[in-house]
Amino acid sequence: MPVVPGVEVRSEDLAGLTREVPFARGLGRAYGDAALPASGESRVAGTTLADRILAFDETTGVLTAEAGLSLDQVCQLFLPRGYFTPVSPGTRFVTLGGMVACDVHGKNHHREGTFGRHVLGLTVRVGDDRIVTCSQAENVDLFRATIGGMGLTGAILDVTVRLVRVPSCWLCEERQPVDHLDECVEVLKTSSAAWPMTVAWIDCLAPGRANGRGVIFRGRWAQSEEAPRRVDSPTWPLSVPFAMPGFVLTRPVVRSFNALNYWRHRWRKPRGIVHVDQFFYPLDAIAHWTRLYGSRGFVQYQCILPESRGRDAVRRFLDLLSRRRGASFLGVIKDCGAEGSGLLSFPKAGTSVALDIPMRSDTQALVDALNELVIAEGGRIYLAKDALTRAEQFRAMEPRLDEFLAIRRRWDPKGRIRSALSLRLFGW
Amino acid sequence: MAARGDELFLLGRNLEDLQASVADLTIRAPRSAHAGIALCDLEKPETFEPALDAAEAGLGKLDLVVVTAALFAAQERLEGDPALLHRLLSIDFTNTVLFCELARKRLMARGGGTLCVFSSVAGERGRTPVVMYGAAKAGLTRYLEGLDHRFRSQGLVTVCVKPGFVRTSMTSGLPPPPFAGSPDRVARQVLYAIDRGVPVVYAPPMWSLIMFVVRLLPRSVMRRVRF
Repeated sequence: MPVVPGVEVRSEDLAGLTREVPFARGLGRAYGDAALPASGESRVAGTTLADRILAFDETTGVLTAEAGLSLDQVCQLFLPRGYFTPVSPGTRFVTLGGMVACDVHGKNHHREGTFGRHVLGLTVRVGDDRIVTCSQAENVDLFRATIGGMGLTGAILDVTVRLVRVPSCWLCEERQPVDHLDECVEVLKTSSAAWPMTVAWIDCLAPGRANGRGVIFRGRWAQSEEAPRRVDSPTWPLSVPFAMPGFVLTRPVVRSFNALNYWRHRWRKPRGIVHVDQFFYPLDAIAHWTRLYGSRGFVQYQCILPESRGRDAVRRFLDLLSRRRGASFLGVIKDCGAEGSGLLSFPKAGTSVALDIPMRSDTQALVDALNELVIAEGGRIYLAKDALTRAEQFRAMEPRLDEFLAIRRRWDPKGRIRSALSLRLFGW
Repeated sequence: MAARGDELFLLGRNLEDLQASVADLTIRAPRSAHAGIALCDLEKPETFEPALDAAEAGLGKLDLVVVTAALFAAQERLEGDPALLHRLLSIDFTNTVLFCELARKRLMARGGGTLCVFSSVAGERGRTPVVMYGAAKAGLTRYLEGLDHRFRSQGLVTVCVKPGFVRTSMTSGLPPPPFAGSPDRVARQVLYAIDRGVPVVYAPPMWSLIMFVVRLLPRSVMRRVRF
């Protein structure tokens, strides 16, 4: 969890604000330093007050809104009208601008790709102070570099995206426990052929052959007649009140928790109807869950291992993790579809692995080792979750980097727009 | 307000900006009616009368007038810039009172209504970081209190909102203290007060307790704490 000094300045007038402070952030949910100011610049423009909806077409679902509109608001306003975001990340507390900048993906990546695929147009305040619109037809280079560009091509002012029709706010979910990693990867793959949404939770602390056991989650939207007749009254909102002491999330605790979770799913009914919030945003139910990791925090590590290297790549990755006694407390794997058009967009065909790694003195060394393996496998890491990757490692993973930097230079010749992440990985 | 179906007329300095807000309200609350927009700038008293005319014509009748606009600047800047100080004092006190007077007359002409104005907790005591801003807001607060006493029996309800620290563009860049409020929650609280005719609202509510203590502090203490 990187710490960088700085202030977030906010205004309803995003266009006016970004004239002075060219780098923008949304709700700051990136796990690494993507939304933090570069050293030497103390200010970042916060978009959250600029959250007006500029246009919505009830028949096509095309929504234009200011970049600070949160996904939470989109759900609240449009789910009752039968529309939902085409691609949803694991939390509602992100802004539209952030979703574009990180080119987020979700459980339906194998069918629908990333969020960027559904974006029809953007308005961006670029580094030379102009306000430019871009899309697949206009300023295409800027459009492709801005999708997944981590806000480094300019401050996104508004976003036009096509929402999708959904039959209800419920999903049919199937849960299938699997005993080891190979089965997990196999079942995930076969599930994805038939189901629009899939993901797997894995237990990376289980001993021996059971390492990588887990639960496959498959889902599809429920028709309105499948909706439950009775809805449970909402439970008391949970919150972690303060940073927990270090012993709360130690290896034995998490190992038991994981085992418990695994066996719970062994005994649980294999299918059910669940609400959107339970299906897409289980962690949102616990406010400030990141405090569980204590004051030192944690880093997330997410990488994609390409399909061409076979499913053993995931096995090799997890072996390395347990050899180095990397204590990852949460493991999520997802099979991804084809690469999107965003120049630094993260997913490509293969298997993505996401880990939560508590911050310790040896975490940098662990991330270095994981990165070396990812480079050897031809994979890459997800910038929105990264805090510790080194510049030369990222360069080795990303053949598209030079094209991205050239476009960035074209729209921001003076190099005004920078973040802690851009300074660390690109040097400017 | 739009969400519960109130009919709104928006006044502001920038028509394009107002149009964007109307579009936003129309999409968020498709069932409520939006009567329109008009230019009104607290810096230009000549815009007040036409703006209120347009609002009355658009809505048919006025039930409620809400004034949230004001100017804020840091104490150091005001001390060094007399022109800015003049602007701040006229916008935050003189012109706001002028506007309120026009609005009050229109509300009372049809038998009464509610006038809701945003003052500030800065007007409660003379305080080091907000000497001038606080003075203007103190004047406004007293004016609203006086209105309440004078015209309440004739049907005019005044609601004086005293926001503490709320995370808006005005406080952007300042480190938020404990109990900092969010704009949405303050709005909900103000709406509740308008519906019930509560004359003074501290938002977030915690500030009523804080200001109760601050009001009781003796001068010698106020001077030392530089609060």
